Amino acid sequence: MNDAFDLRIGETHIEVYKFRGGTILFVTILALLAQAFLPVYFPKVSILDLPLLITIYFGLSRRNPSTGLLLGMVIGLLQDSLSKTPLGLFGLSKTLIGFAASSIGGKLDTEHPAARFALTAVFFALHQGIVVLIQRLLLAHAEPWFTVRMAIAALVNAVVGVIVYFLMDRLRKS
Amino acid sequence: MVAIPSRHRSLVLLTIVVVAQVLLLAIQIQRTGQEGENRSLIRSWSVGLISPFERAGAWGVGKVRGTWRHYFALSDAAKENERLKQENDSLKLEITQLHGKAAEADRLAKLLNFRESQAKVPMIGARVIAASPDANSAVIYLDRGQRDGIKKNMGVITADGVVGKVIESFSDTAQVLLITDRDSGVGAMIEESRIQSPVGGNGEPLLTMKYVSNDDEVSVGQHVVTSGMDRIFPRDLPVGTIVEAKPGSPPFKQVRLRPAANLEKLEEVIVLLTTDPLVMKKEPAASSATDSSSAGGKDAVAAAMPGKRAQEPKPQEKPR
Repeated sequence: MNDAFDLRIGETHIEVYKFRGGTILFVTILALLAQAFLPVYFPKVSILDLPLLITIYFGLSRRNPSTGLLLGMVIGLLQDSLSKTPLGLFGLSKTLIGFAASSIGGKLDTEHPAARFALTAVFFALHQGIVVLIQRLLLAHAEPWFTVRMAIAALVNAVVGVIVYFLMDRLRKS
Repeated sequence: MVAIPSRHRSLVLLTIVVVAQVLLLAIQIQRTGQEGENRSLIRSWSVGLISPFERAGAWGVGKVRGTWRHYFALSDAAKENERLKQENDSLKLEITQLHGKAAEADRLAKLLNFRESQAKVPMIGARVIAASPDANSAVIYLDRGQRDGIKKNMGVITADGVVGKVIESFSDTAQVLLITDRDSGVGAMIEESRIQSPVGGNGEPLLTMKYVSNDDEVSVGQHVVTSGMDRIFPRDLPVGTIVEAKPGSPPFKQVRLRPAANLEKLEEVIVLLTTDPLVMKKEPAASSATDSSSAGGKDAVAAAMPGKRAQEPKPQEKPR
């Protein structure tokens, strides 16, 4: 099996990466555990959304919308199942983010840290927007569309995301 | 199986996954209703999704049903209309019959009152069963005849006034000549002035008072009553009302009067069962007899002598 293959769209040369077996499952579970475990001891870590970062990363790397949205759905539903939110709140939002990330990943070169930072910040904001939309429409919760904390969280997650993505690049098949 | 283009597969999959998760959320989410009850969002959505179609369906069915009832199912409406028409006709007929019966009851009541007021005068009620087929003669037929004591020259009246006289009597039928016939005549006088003159017909609805002098005061609206001089009718039965009085060929006035009895709508009559002079209960006042002509004085005498025959009427007053 090739470690990577070319996806040519127009004149752009974009690589599609694959990972070792079980990597995606392992990383997903790890992210969920860390998201649930770390805030117990480090409350400020709760500003991170590690499952979202995993979704974005694999979406951008795999560059397959179907795989991306399914992975986002699974990660989101697992996150929902571990929280008190209704099943589907994060599932739906991460499904859309997985689809969007993999779709954009197929069109842009997302290997550069700056691109990863920007895309992560945007996807984080988009993810929060979707969550607020669902909460407003379905749960009838009057959540604010934008807060300073949300903006800070987007920046923090973008920074952390660039680091995490760098680490996870090591898990790609060489 | 419909093949989905590969570039659209992810969109289809996304749609499916999103819808599935929205439904999953809707199943879990409970919304508080206006009355405080908890209701799952999926149920609210389902009702909200289905109810417009239900309303539209109900509206459509209602429209179709209304259209069917108002435009296509007219056979029932036509039948009902026909039935209502028949019922209406039947009711109209019934009303007409009831009106007729009421009018008949009124007439009979009048006749009964008349009979009760004239208890000493032998009379019998009869029903008009036919009229003359000859347009030139004013004749009617009664349902009573000789078996009931009816004889020729007996007077026929109604509670309103004089009708005529019997000209033929059969076993069960009698033929009556109305006073409007040109061959008919009745001894009469003007009620107020007691001026006497025979009244006869000329084949028209109006009667003619034949021998009123141009010197006599006669005015429209005066009442004419029987004088009793014809030996057929008792005195003071209404004959008619003067509707026209003008100087005629000398020496008599031309006086016309409308019959007191409604001769065109006769249904029940009274036959006076005697050819003897009759005196009605209404006794003539002495003053009126004094004010009357000489013939009126004779009537007064005759009235004062019940059971006796009055003087022979003047030739012109003798009924023809």
